[in-house]
Amino acid sequence: MSVRVQSEDFEIGAEVARLTAGRTDIGAIVTFTGTVRADNKGSAVTGMTLEHYPGMTEQELARVEAEANARWPLQASLIVHRVGTLKPNDNIVLVVTASAHREAAFDAAAFLMDYLKTRAPFWKKEVGPDGTGRWVDACESDERATERWENSR
Amino acid sequence: MSVKIRYFAWVREKTGKAEEVVDLPTGVVTVADLVAWLTQRGPEYAEAFARPGVVRAAVDQTHVQPTASVAGAREIAFFPPVTGG
Repeated sequence: MSVRVQSEDFEIGAEVARLTAGRTDIGAIVTFTGTVRADNKGSAVTGMTLEHYPGMTEQELARVEAEANARWPLQASLIVHRVGTLKPNDNIVLVVTASAHREAAFDAAAFLMDYLKTRAPFWKKEVGPDGTGRWVDACESDERATERWENSR
Repeated sequence: MSVKIRYFAWVREKTGKAEEVVDLPTGVVTVADLVAWLTQRGPEYAEAFARPGVVRAAVDQTHVQPTASVAGAREIAFFPPVTGG
């Protein structure tokens, strides 16, 4: 179990290799990568700045990860989230879940992303082609995606 | 009671500051009380907290509701709904 917040990019293969090195109890690995789109609801995006709340961010991510580990039999898990200035096609977030069987790994990865999106204190500010910045609005569907897990407890 | 208040994202931009240390008046008991007190400190605060219920709060780096107590808090933060991931 680990969480990281960093400005540097991550390499998915290297992260998975490090997480699962020497492990013979893992039969399923799921990775999710979130990346920057050049379009958000019809508005062009040329760049993005990700702000966060240092300290609280790491605590919230660790709390979300602990909750996933309490719900599913995970052999290993990892959350990496970038902050700072990003551009379209850049990586934003990586979630890796590893379990003996695929169902736990798939479900836990979806859970981690849903929870992360509504709990972890990150804020995206997009920049358009004319250089103006706009804060991204929270998404109602993300809230509903999280509630789905709360109702399934 | 002296407490550090932090602001993030557009709440920070509207208040014009990332953080400040304030002495809480005795009448300020909950997060909602604190918001009401901040709001009357100046137009920039009134603007930041203009939409009721939109700005979220954390006390000592834990998400809280407006009814949460601020007693004994070391750090209180205000920010928009989160948009990571």
